[in-house]
Amino acid sequence: MPTLSLKNVRKSFGGNEVLRGIDLDITTGQMICLIGASGSGKSTLLRCLNLLEPIDDGTITLDGTDISEPGFDPQPVRQRIGMVFQSYNLFPHMTAMDNAMLAPRRIHGHNRAALEPRIAELFTRFGLGDRMQHYPDQLSGGQQQRVAIVRALAMRPEIMLFDEITSALDPELVGEVLDVLRQLRAEGMTMVLATHEMGFARELADTVCFLDQGRILESGPPSQVFGAPQETRTRAFLSRVL
Amino acid sequence: MPTRRQIFETRQRRRANLIAAGSTLAVVLAIVVFVPMAPGWDRVQRSFFNGEVFAKTFPGLLEAFLLDIAIFAWCAPLIAALGLAVAIARDLRTPALYPVKLAAILYTDIFRGLPVILVIYLIGFGIPGLGLPRPWNSPYIWGSLALVLVYSAYVAEVIRSGIESIHESQRAAALSLGLSPSDAMRFVILPQAIRRVVPANMNLFIALQKDVALLSFIGPVEIFRQAGVYKSLLANFTPYVGAALIFLAITIPATRYADHLMNRQRKARS
Repeated sequence: MPTLSLKNVRKSFGGNEVLRGIDLDITTGQMICLIGASGSGKSTLLRCLNLLEPIDDGTITLDGTDISEPGFDPQPVRQRIGMVFQSYNLFPHMTAMDNAMLAPRRIHGHNRAALEPRIAELFTRFGLGDRMQHYPDQLSGGQQQRVAIVRALAMRPEIMLFDEITSALDPELVGEVLDVLRQLRAEGMTMVLATHEMGFARELADTVCFLDQGRILESGPPSQVFGAPQETRTRAFLSRVL
Repeated sequence: MPTRRQIFETRQRRRANLIAAGSTLAVVLAIVVFVPMAPGWDRVQRSFFNGEVFAKTFPGLLEAFLLDIAIFAWCAPLIAALGLAVAIARDLRTPALYPVKLAAILYTDIFRGLPVILVIYLIGFGIPGLGLPRPWNSPYIWGSLALVLVYSAYVAEVIRSGIESIHESQRAAALSLGLSPSDAMRFVILPQAIRRVVPANMNLFIALQKDVALLSFIGPVEIFRQAGVYKSLLANFTPYVGAALIFLAITIPATRYADHLMNRQRKARS
């Protein structure tokens, strides 16, 4: 049974229809890459999955529960689904450690001392062992983005959403962030990525979805979508970015 | 060996300093020479800048100023607390709490729209007029309340502008972790917002320090009132000049400090 399942998901901003009927199943342990031009709806789709944007029509179910029902309490869902943003969105007035500890402390009521070893272990695992007491503005972009990933992981989510998390980084810093994703992939984390890193998607994704004007125009294993795209628009997009 | 550019800039700078010094000197000279030539200067000097009166009244004025400081000291924390509460109330989104939000909006609209002196009169004379027993008929309490009500409205608006200046993505990040909206406000948005509006609020508190003098109209013998007493006693206005100097000794450093904070913040953000 799929963990997350989207049926005919639609979303408009004003008169602008951004998602026009998305169907997608995300099973445990899978990694799904959303590719497509800017404005094709990738980010909006991720924000809808995390219930940051209410959808207009269709359903999103998590383990069989309809979480897209209007009035559904989004908090427990968001605790199970972590999200990382393009612009990091770290809390600038807190150290990296405090950024990561805020949610577990408030939501699970853990105290600092009990939590610290586990979070410190996460930082160390992603090469940030000596950066835990730094403030965001003392860190490089790549380090900030890795802190943001640790912050999301600190809630022990079952699914992770990544919204173009390397797009704001200098090219030489992209690698260190992609390495973190590789590590998570190896650990079997369920992941959905909106990405422009085609090489990365080709290497690691189970399924690649090509979004075009709010629809999933084509999806399948990377070998198929990248190797033998069926749709003209997919071919046109890939020839522009590859 | 200085470069051509450095030599040029040094010369330019020297020229600019020379001109500035020259024109300042000219203005000061004009004041020193021409003002005493005015027909009433002797009278003005005697009644406003009388050294003898100044020396005699200054200690008394300083003592009276302690009351200004005391009133400021108990009003300021109340204003900070009430201002914050009103700012949060204005941002409430729960339908059941709409009356609270509405009250907060009405409150800020009313108290920002009235002259301070009018509020002091209405509350300072109105409430003791109810014939309350001591100490509840004290002008200190009701005068202070008037200041607290007016200034909290301003502080609330400043804090609210700070809240609105925090980018929506901070809220989204907090919510995406599963935090409740109130936790997102308390731990993520408010701490950043309040830091951002510290300089603006400092300017309000400097204004408060000056407006404490308005309480003299309903009774308390603080520095302005004390200066008035000396004026009547000695038939001389010099005590007012003394009071002005005491105010400036507090407000100028405080204003400079607020400007310094504001500049530092502007630099940090650019």
